[in-house]
Amino acid sequence: MEHLITYLILGALMFALGVFGLIQQTSLIGMLIAVELILNGAALNFMAFNMFLSKDAAIGQVFTLIIMGIAAAETAIALSIVITVYRRFREIKPDSVTELKG
Amino acid sequence: MTTIADFIPPKMVAEAAFWLMVLFTITGAVIAVSLPKIVHNILGLALSMFGVTGIYLFLGSQFVAMMQLLIYVGAICVTYIFAIMLSPPLEEGNLKKSKLRIGSALVVGIVAFAGLVLTVVNHHWGPGTTLTRDWSIKTLGQVLLTRYFLVFELISLLLAIAIIGAIMIAGLGQKRD
Repeated sequence: MEHLITYLILGALMFALGVFGLIQQTSLIGMLIAVELILNGAALNFMAFNMFLSKDAAIGQVFTLIIMGIAAAETAIALSIVITVYRRFREIKPDSVTELKG
Repeated sequence: MTTIADFIPPKMVAEAAFWLMVLFTITGAVIAVSLPKIVHNILGLALSMFGVTGIYLFLGSQFVAMMQLLIYVGAICVTYIFAIMLSPPLEEGNLKKSKLRIGSALVVGIVAFAGLVLTVVNHHWGPGTTLTRDWSIKTLGQVLLTRYFLVFELISLLLAIAIIGAIMIAGLGQKRD
């Protein structure tokens, strides 16, 4: 609870679980959930460094808020793309959407 | 007057609460990536984000913790629920997940985790500095509107563009069909 290492390992675990989910998921929404986990692992690291190593307590908080804003924007865009893909292909599996492959 | 603090020291309570939050985070993350049903994955994501909220409280920032709860649990998970209500059921597709795919994902995940942990443990982190420990919302707001004003404006612009873009993509796709 009072060591930087604990938070860093927790962030690394969230990142690794996110990478695992991103590779093994077969649906687009499942991959997006894994991306949220990756972003949260990074944000957790920023907050931990802010608490233990930073000179100015505001920097890490600003960074984390930015990450949250980017995650929200990414969710909105990606879900609208998922819905559009479903309307066009009638399924949302990433393996079946190969029109741009050439 | 006897309080509960006489029997259990507050430090131990704080420690237990911290590890409970860590447990929530890890359990939620495992549920979010491993279960076959997509609704369970979203509920796991909500549990994990709730745990991260508690950890942010331990890291000293109430504002960021409340934003985490509001944005992730409140907004993003509900948006996912809406998206899966508008899309087909996914269970039958997910049953055909190949062993090779899961195996390679496990290998990549374990290698990433091991690499990160080795880096973290072997690096010598300098002594912590405690020059300013002002975590109040007032300071954060002043900093956001003076020194980090460009960041604030950029994130506002990004969110506005994302909203317009999402409406354009989803709305125009409907018209074409």
